[in-house]
Amino acid sequence: MGKVIRMGEFFRRGFLESTGEQPSLFEWIFSTDHKRIGLLYLYSISTFFAIGVTLGLLIRLELIAPGRTIVGPDTYNALFTLHGVVMIFLFIIPGIPAAFGNIMLPLQIGARDVAFPRLNLLSWWLYIIGAIMALSSLAGGGGPPDTGWTFYLPFSGETTTNVSLAVFAVFILGFSSILTGLNFITTIHRLRAPGMTWTRLPLFVWSLYATAWVQVLATPILGITLVLILAERILGLGLFDAARGGDPLMYQHLFWIYSHPAVYIMVLPAMGVISEIIPVFARRPIFGYKAIVASSIGIAAAGSLVWGHHMFVSGMSDTAILVFSLLTFIVAIPSAVKVFNWVATLYGGSIRLDAPMLYALTFLVLFSIGGLSGLVLGSAATDVHVHDTHFVVGHFHYVMFGGTAFAFFGALHYWFPKIFGRMFNEKRAAWAWGIMICGFNLLYFSMLLVGLRGMPRRYYDYLPQFAQLNRLATYGSWVLALGLLFMAVNLLIALRRGKHIGANPWEAATLEWTVDSPPPPENFAVLPTVTHGPYDLEQAGEP
Amino acid sequence: MNSTAQHHDAEGAKLGMWLFLFSELLLFGGLFVLFAVYLQRYPLQFAAGGRELSVAFGTVNTVLLLTSSMTVALALEALRRNRRRLCESLLGFTLLAALLFLVNKGFEWHAKFQHDLYPGSATLQQAPPGRDVFFGLYYLTTGLHGLHVIIGGVLLAWILALVRCDRINGASPTVLENGALYWHLVDIIWIFIFPLYYLLL
Amino acid sequence: MQHTGSMRQLIGIWGLLLLLTAATVGISRIHLGAANIWAALGIATAKATLVTLFFMHLKKEGRVIKISLLVTLATLATFIGLTFFDVLYR
Repeated sequence: MGKVIRMGEFFRRGFLESTGEQPSLFEWIFSTDHKRIGLLYLYSISTFFAIGVTLGLLIRLELIAPGRTIVGPDTYNALFTLHGVVMIFLFIIPGIPAAFGNIMLPLQIGARDVAFPRLNLLSWWLYIIGAIMALSSLAGGGGPPDTGWTFYLPFSGETTTNVSLAVFAVFILGFSSILTGLNFITTIHRLRAPGMTWTRLPLFVWSLYATAWVQVLATPILGITLVLILAERILGLGLFDAARGGDPLMYQHLFWIYSHPAVYIMVLPAMGVISEIIPVFARRPIFGYKAIVASSIGIAAAGSLVWGHHMFVSGMSDTAILVFSLLTFIVAIPSAVKVFNWVATLYGGSIRLDAPMLYALTFLVLFSIGGLSGLVLGSAATDVHVHDTHFVVGHFHYVMFGGTAFAFFGALHYWFPKIFGRMFNEKRAAWAWGIMICGFNLLYFSMLLVGLRGMPRRYYDYLPQFAQLNRLATYGSWVLALGLLFMAVNLLIALRRGKHIGANPWEAATLEWTVDSPPPPENFAVLPTVTHGPYDLEQAGEP
Repeated sequence: MNSTAQHHDAEGAKLGMWLFLFSELLLFGGLFVLFAVYLQRYPLQFAAGGRELSVAFGTVNTVLLLTSSMTVALALEALRRNRRRLCESLLGFTLLAALLFLVNKGFEWHAKFQHDLYPGSATLQQAPPGRDVFFGLYYLTTGLHGLHVIIGGVLLAWILALVRCDRINGASPTVLENGALYWHLVDIIWIFIFPLYYLLL
Repeated sequence: MQHTGSMRQLIGIWGLLLLLTAATVGISRIHLGAANIWAALGIATAKATLVTLFFMHLKKEGRVIKISLLVTLATLATFIGLTFFDVLYR
């Protein structure tokens, strides 16, 4: 593996190094270098993730025993609302595309930057402004929002808490997401290096491409939905007020027209990361490249047809329930195509169990559990029983935390040496991973079980018969948090003291590994000409 | 610091603009979803609401926007042929039309308020369910469209200033191309708003 | 010159758009029942198509923008269409 190279000269040329022309903070927050913007995203997203985790731990602590433990009902409502808003809009939607996508997309297609570097910087600024607004809705005024992250009308139109501020914040975050999406689409169409044909694009790039289309076409519906909430609150339009002829279910339709595709904004880039990691650590070219590409596009397209499965018990028409339930099962097909292709890639490979691979394999298992529990929810008859129970919460966290967040950690470990030029301690990374999966399954499998037994979500109190599983879940949350902390500490130590490594420690074949670690500011001194596919591993190795 | 790498890519800029327009289409699309559903539910109340709107104002504003759409397209054509003065006057006319559109809109809204037709007004609260929804959608849709007219107008005014100081010319028309695209989108949205709201029977 | 031609063409399209506007106002004054709304939508679509093809020069654009536009419209149509599975049968 990567031989140690004298790094003095590398670092001087790396994008992390100051040019000394401006105060060093300004060099970052006004930089149009996609790698610096990506790192700004990575740092801010990680910070908000830590906040979200803290809120989640408080929720679990309240639920450790029936009755009031640490907070009352109102505070509990605020806790799960803010946990949802922070985790969804500040962590998991921008997570992989805005942080790793920004850093790796131009490198992987052989470009010097994204198509619109200044727009890219604007996206980050909008993101930060939106994030600060969302967090400041915690304090002052009528108190933190208590609607849940879904902001359902008519309640969100009437509550006196700081819903308007939170809604406006999410509107701004959505705008940031749209701009990132259109930037990526244009970049992929216009800035591919010579020889980087569509069938030679790394699968991570393909997943970003599919995601970007969902960002551009679905996020505006969220925008108008949020405008409608503000219109209800400020102007009193009554468009969803049944007493005035409005239809509250139309709010749910509009909200989920965005928010279901948003689930694919969250998970598609994660699948892209997994498609990068698995061939490299199985030492085999990816199995079924074209099928994976087609399934990315298929998931993005089919994901726009299934929003109604969030509304099975809302009073929607039976015909609609039938149609949306059927369409929901269709999404399982491209998802399964991906899983089968990854497993087929592993088959017969010489598998290396480095940290990125541990996370990728975990993704396979946890995402499959999440996906299968999703079928229980997608089938209308069973959904009636488990709707609005902790089963839904468990399912969602298996897909989003077990899926996307574990892929995020996988990406973090996979690209860490590329971004920082240093290697983390492998042994500690594996320990952190082990602690996390124990805590994770204890936490969320308990939730699946307690949900099946009928415990509803979003209440600070519950019946005594649910106490045992809830206690287990809370213990799990502590173990999980411990693992996260361990991982963070390990990476932070590596930032300062990690061993210097060369350009291609994992012996991967995509273009980002052909440049120095950390990459130079202009990425490529001479734009590369691509002559082989992204997973032709025999072409790889130290340059 | 990466300015060395950036070359001007007019095709890329245009693609980016079109993508932005798609997202704008979907933004208004959400309102059209609501319109379609509520029209299906309250056809009579929507027709009654539509009759309260002024066809004259609507038609004049339609002609204004269609004409301004043409003049901005002509302005681009003039710029490509390096006829700067012509380009400037065509852009000036476009801005004038945008302003007149907004003035008309202001008069129209004012008249509606005088007739006690605004969200939550006494008249609408007594009207059968559906009328209120029609006017709620009317104000929101035309308001959001009006906001886009203002944004487009400011954008074109800035472009006019750039043309005047020769920052945009026949050799580098991209900014005007994209500004014009945005203005055409504003026009297209109105092309649908007009018959759906003003011409209902 | 081809350029003069294109300016003349733009003015011609504008004339056509005004005619269609007159047509949509005219038709809206005749009672046709449900056909009224479809006529209005049809004419509006025709006008929007003219603006897109000629004023926005879609005719001269490459495949990428043309296909993307179709995808966008199909997406919006899907959103409206699937919502009606609920609204029509409730």
